[in-house]
Amino acid sequence: MAKAPARKPAAPKKTASTPAPASNREGPREPVPYDATPAELEKFYREMLLIRRFEEKAGQLYGLGLIGGFCHLYIGQEAVAVGLQSALDGDKDSVITGYRDHGHMLAYGIDPKVIMAELTGRQAGISKGKGGSMHMFSVEHKFYGGHGIVGAQVSLGTGLAFAHKYRGDGGVAMAYFGDGAANQGQVYESFNMAELWKLPIIFVIENNQYAMGTSVNRASAEDQLYRRGESFRIPGMQVDGMDVLAVRGAAEAALEWVRAGKGPVLMELKTYRYRGHSMSDPAKYRSREEVQAVRDKSDAIEHLKKLMQDAGIGEDKIKDIDKEIRAIVAESADFAENAPEPELPELYTDVLVEQY
Amino acid sequence: MAIELKMPALSPTMEEGTLAKWLVKEGDTVKSGDILAEIETDKATMEFEAIDEGTIGQILVAEGTDNVKVGTVIATITGEGEEAAAPAPASAPAEEPKAEAPAPAPAPAAEKPVATERASDPAIPEGTAMVKLTVREALRDAMAEEMRADDRVFVMGEEVAEYQGAYKVTQGLLQEFGPQRVVDTPITEYGFAGLGAGAAMGGLRPVIEFMTFNFAMQAIDHIINSAAKTNYMSGGQMRCPIVFRGPNGAASRVAAQHSQNFAPWYASVPGLIVISPYDAADAKGLLKAAIRSEDPVVFLENELLYGRSFEVPDLQDHVLPIGKARIMREGSDVTVVSYSIGVGLALEAADQLAGEGIDAEVIDLRTLRPLDTATVLASLKKTNHLVVVEEGWPVCSIASELAMVAMEQGFDDLDAPVMRVCNEDVPLPYAANLEKAALIDVPRVVAAVKAVRNRG
Repeated sequence: MAKAPARKPAAPKKTASTPAPASNREGPREPVPYDATPAELEKFYREMLLIRRFEEKAGQLYGLGLIGGFCHLYIGQEAVAVGLQSALDGDKDSVITGYRDHGHMLAYGIDPKVIMAELTGRQAGISKGKGGSMHMFSVEHKFYGGHGIVGAQVSLGTGLAFAHKYRGDGGVAMAYFGDGAANQGQVYESFNMAELWKLPIIFVIENNQYAMGTSVNRASAEDQLYRRGESFRIPGMQVDGMDVLAVRGAAEAALEWVRAGKGPVLMELKTYRYRGHSMSDPAKYRSREEVQAVRDKSDAIEHLKKLMQDAGIGEDKIKDIDKEIRAIVAESADFAENAPEPELPELYTDVLVEQY
Repeated sequence: MAIELKMPALSPTMEEGTLAKWLVKEGDTVKSGDILAEIETDKATMEFEAIDEGTIGQILVAEGTDNVKVGTVIATITGEGEEAAAPAPASAPAEEPKAEAPAPAPAPAAEKPVATERASDPAIPEGTAMVKLTVREALRDAMAEEMRADDRVFVMGEEVAEYQGAYKVTQGLLQEFGPQRVVDTPITEYGFAGLGAGAAMGGLRPVIEFMTFNFAMQAIDHIINSAAKTNYMSGGQMRCPIVFRGPNGAASRVAAQHSQNFAPWYASVPGLIVISPYDAADAKGLLKAAIRSEDPVVFLENELLYGRSFEVPDLQDHVLPIGKARIMREGSDVTVVSYSIGVGLALEAADQLAGEGIDAEVIDLRTLRPLDTATVLASLKKTNHLVVVEEGWPVCSIASELAMVAMEQGFDDLDAPVMRVCNEDVPLPYAANLEKAALIDVPRVVAAVKAVRNRG
């Protein structure tokens, strides 16, 4: 998203987390936190930590000039992608998101090396270095991008859901967008068609409280974003996006509804990004204290660590995972730094598929 | 004092219609709002209502009559003052003022034979049997054939299914393929263009109809940013095989917001295929090619051409190559290049010029991206004169692009500057005379050809 960083700081207002009001319309069942086995807790931890460390490294490489352009980091929001996508069936369900896409790719099991190499603009990158941070895709993993225009992925995702239904392949599309994109007109055009045709899609609003520099309250007349589907009869769920088990539990309730052919669900995940909107955003619109308070009290990874300790997973095991993840990230950074840039003739390839 | 009922114009482009059925007979009393007759246009069957009270005097055009020109008097109504209670017997038509009796409208021939000398399309095998089809039917047949051949192909847009197409292009598709594959959308261009692009990324072959391309402005983000760029941005990994189609260019008397040729806009975008056919054979052969293409295609039709009939090869599978222009008329003195509706004007101008001893070669570009510059340059090499005819604005047009191509690659072949015949550089006005003044026509093409010939 090519937008300049905001200059004016804005005082963010805390929104209380409101439970969904009782509605006489049918909706997904009340979600319960996921009852994870110790092995699953470890898996979630590994994935969330990979996203965090990967993004920290990407931030570093950006600072060194190895990554250019816009680079939107996912730090703070890890529990959302991991909790939701762990509930999907990777063989048939599709995922699409906006430009803050590294986390969703890692959560879908895409090799960190080819992601990092794309960030550094190398031939070995997942888009041969021609897409960059905001435009990455893996049809093989049913990850459909990676889209730079705010809100476009919502209509495109509705099309993925249309294709699932058209083919009758049983797949569900998951379309992520932010609290900022939630104000785009095409989101509502898509809501209307998705419910009208009962398309198998989960709309996920990752509400990280700020659309670039504008807090939700300054931009949204209805700031309880899970209600945004109500006039289309799309049931909404508001979920603590800092708790991976709550996220996974809610995803299961939503998936049951959608897989039963009852149409879309709108999930609002309350989360927080620790870094600026992009690497070039000084984030003057909120105080350091606000960010620090979230890190101290609600950090998703720290929370998960506690759950692991409660489940009897020892400190040593956690340290081993930390080490393992650091090694993976270091390896992907080395790879991305040393891989060659695309050959010049690559400039002219892939414009069209066919020859005319 | 009788009121004359005239054949109504029921759409902006209707020139004639069929008087399908009379619902009243002579002597019937009618009041405002009563349905008098059913009239069939090329787009729909419409009911014709009375707006006056009175008694039906004479019915002057029998039901079942085809090609009744707009404005022809089809019946009379006598007002309340006279013979209201005693309708004249049908056999003895009252002494109605017959001064303006149903003059058989001196309309121009429904279909002017445009060109006498036509070059055959080398893409069509010699000796192929031909059938006469309207452009509208050719487009429908193209979609139907591709839908039969590939179940990933579906058609989506406003009024494409139950209404049978706002311009009747999708007529019959719902009946054959059902609502899963012929999908009526809400009025939501941005949304369904995005949905279509997403469905293409997800493996389907959408044909997205815009009721007209004017409304595609709401959706152009998905055409450019989602469809055109995906293959490149993904390093060739993710495709978007989609067709965006619908009428483009000036229609008739619908003014500025509904009359615009977007061809140069789309043709400027790498990653898109842009096709704009003139006749029915190309409409069919190129739409089939577009649906089969792995690339996103913008397929620009023209409302004024929908009803025109042309010879179409009677082949099992008539598919034409994308990116190849067609020499419509061979000539040696000047190359006249056009596309879409301009081709008809160019051919007409060529016939006229032939009478004056100027032998024009007429090229139909057919595909605007990729542009078949080789065919244009080869013709220029032969004629040394180039005129581009484009129903669209002159600035940053296909015409300006071709002039540049001639400069860069054909400069030594030019005996005179390239000239363009384009619409006036204004939003299209509503008033009939102003509209006419704004749009290109045959005399302007003839004048331009003479001007380049006079330069050398």
